Amino acid sequence: MKGGYPGKHRLFPVSPIDLIGQKEAKMAWNYSELVKQHFFQPKNVGRVENADGTGDVGSIACGDALSLTIAVDKTTDTITDAKFQTFGCGSAIAASSMLTEMIKGKTLDEALKVSNADIAKALGGLPPEKMHCSVMGREALEAAVNNYRGITPEAHDEEEGRVICTCFGVTEGKLRHVIAENDLRTLEDITNYTKAGGGCGACIDELEILLEEHLQQKPHTPTPTAARQPLTNLQRIALIQELLDHEVRPILQEDAGDLELVDIDGLRVTIRMVGQCSGCRAAGLTTKWIEDKLREIVDPAIELHVKEDL
Amino acid sequence: MKRVYADNNATTQVAPEVLDAMMPYLTEKYGNPSSMHEFGGQVGKVIEDAREKVALALGAQNATEIVFLSCGTESDNTAIRSALATKKDRRKIVTTRVEHPAVLTLCRHLEREGYQVRYLPVDRQGNLNLDDLRDAMDDQVAVVSIMAANNETGVLYPVAEAARIAHQHGALFHTDAVQIMGKVPLNLQETDIDLLSISGHKIHAPKGIGALYIRRGSRFRPMILGGHQERGRRGGTENVPGIVALGKAAELSLQHIDDEQTRVRALRDRLETALLRIPNSIVNGDRDNRLPGTLNISFEFVEGEAMLLMLDQVGICASSGSACTSGTLEPSHVLRALGVPFSFAHGSLRFSFGRYNNDADVDHIIETLPPIIERLREISPFKPA
Repeated sequence: MKGGYPGKHRLFPVSPIDLIGQKEAKMAWNYSELVKQHFFQPKNVGRVENADGTGDVGSIACGDALSLTIAVDKTTDTITDAKFQTFGCGSAIAASSMLTEMIKGKTLDEALKVSNADIAKALGGLPPEKMHCSVMGREALEAAVNNYRGITPEAHDEEEGRVICTCFGVTEGKLRHVIAENDLRTLEDITNYTKAGGGCGACIDELEILLEEHLQQKPHTPTPTAARQPLTNLQRIALIQELLDHEVRPILQEDAGDLELVDIDGLRVTIRMVGQCSGCRAAGLTTKWIEDKLREIVDPAIELHVKEDL
Repeated sequence: MKRVYADNNATTQVAPEVLDAMMPYLTEKYGNPSSMHEFGGQVGKVIEDAREKVALALGAQNATEIVFLSCGTESDNTAIRSALATKKDRRKIVTTRVEHPAVLTLCRHLEREGYQVRYLPVDRQGNLNLDDLRDAMDDQVAVVSIMAANNETGVLYPVAEAARIAHQHGALFHTDAVQIMGKVPLNLQETDIDLLSISGHKIHAPKGIGALYIRRGSRFRPMILGGHQERGRRGGTENVPGIVALGKAAELSLQHIDDEQTRVRALRDRLETALLRIPNSIVNGDRDNRLPGTLNISFEFVEGEAMLLMLDQVGICASSGSACTSGTLEPSHVLRALGVPFSFAHGSLRFSFGRYNNDADVDHIIETLPPIIERLREISPFKPA
């Protein structure tokens, strides 16, 4: 990572969180009402008879699979019917149900504009570790449209490139696409969205390279609105929050640290360091780096204050 | 709505007798057992009384072999770390692939500290082959840690024999016995087991209390240093209500072993027979070598979390070893160690019965689960042939 962050702790050459090597077992009961609704009363279950396009993605070994069938009106290129069959958890079934609702009545080109983020949003959000369910929906849509248009899976596979995560059969093409489309910033994001890296972990190095390439191509620099125009208070607050959330906190979190935004009063920004960052010997360097970033992107007159814990 | 709690391997309801026993120590008898005054001193006596009860339940030789601590995980960590500290010249650990994370996570951590860990495999039924243990043993092994019963499948492990093998090679033997206590009689003084871990909340005491058995005469290194509590083996002011509760729960667990082996076993068996009528279902774990109340069963073409969500709607509490519920993207490490095919592993459910379950509970599951599976199979693109 660039940006003058002091780097790994001397006391913890390996982050103590990594040492555990296990994710906290989480029951994903915190589904939105819409997810629950589409899981308990899914819409459009089944198969469209004499379907014009079929998209089969996932597998029983991977833990989820979706078979999407669509009927297309050839004169208008419109999806007149869509049905699904899904093997998977609650959110996989809900995402499939929502997908069919979203694409019915749309032209193929309109339907293809439905991104995985759109599906997740329509469901009132998905838990981060369940985002791959929305990605599966989007993939099935693409596969069904390709099938209708006569693009063979083989031709499509070549485009997808080689398989990087062998545990879940995730290709380089899919990874690049999902990373770019969702602007993924961490390895954990990649696993949450594509499952890649969630099995044996042998592909982590390759995933890091892909991630690094994306981060370099698209450094998350929020564009200062209308060059040199003074920011309104609201704009400044939004920009500071965005910068901290997307550029600063992920890096602190790598070392099991974090910060909380306490207050923004004009140009005075107050934060509190938490986790490993709290009381860290390198905290001075870290806050200097954060202040530099804020000055560079938001306003050269920003003053950063660190609130000490009581 | 009727609630059926069929997740007793996860945790259990506090027994009313246990609550009654501990209540005075949450209210008027709040003294510190280390105090010089009688108000605190009397509390020290009830701790020793609880220690006797736990020792009796485990068939230990002497109450001083029991150390109270906070939970099963602390007990496992303390036991293994102590064994390594007292066998300094040895750098190997032998355990199994199906241990609880309390042991597995620690072992993975110890690998990074330079220890060599051998994870013994299990067969398709979840059974351990003791020849694998014999092969793994040499004079570099400091400690062997093998659970007495598996939390997911209920499969029992031959820990008494394994302890003898460990001793033949000069290694210490530890067992995580949190699941077996109260279900199968234990008689530690007749075995070679050096260290044994138990947990209160699995035997109808509250969460936050556990114990470690340390064979008399064994060398021991504490993990938590502090005051002289527990004869210097575990620092920190005693969790008096928890200890009293664990003592009472241990006493009750002895009385209920027969009930577990007969009535609870019959509940489990009736559920198993009924659910196996569902096409494409299999039981995970050796049906003839299991805890009496545990049923781990898989249904092909449906996913565990989806089943749990629907069971929850009808008031049934169970668990699953599917990827979506194990907190990772792969099915539980136990089912993978058994080599359960992925198509079944993703569709696993665990029901675990105990003292407070009855026939009506089993009826409710038998009535509600088959339609749930049918419904999910309708949604699934895969179908029974």
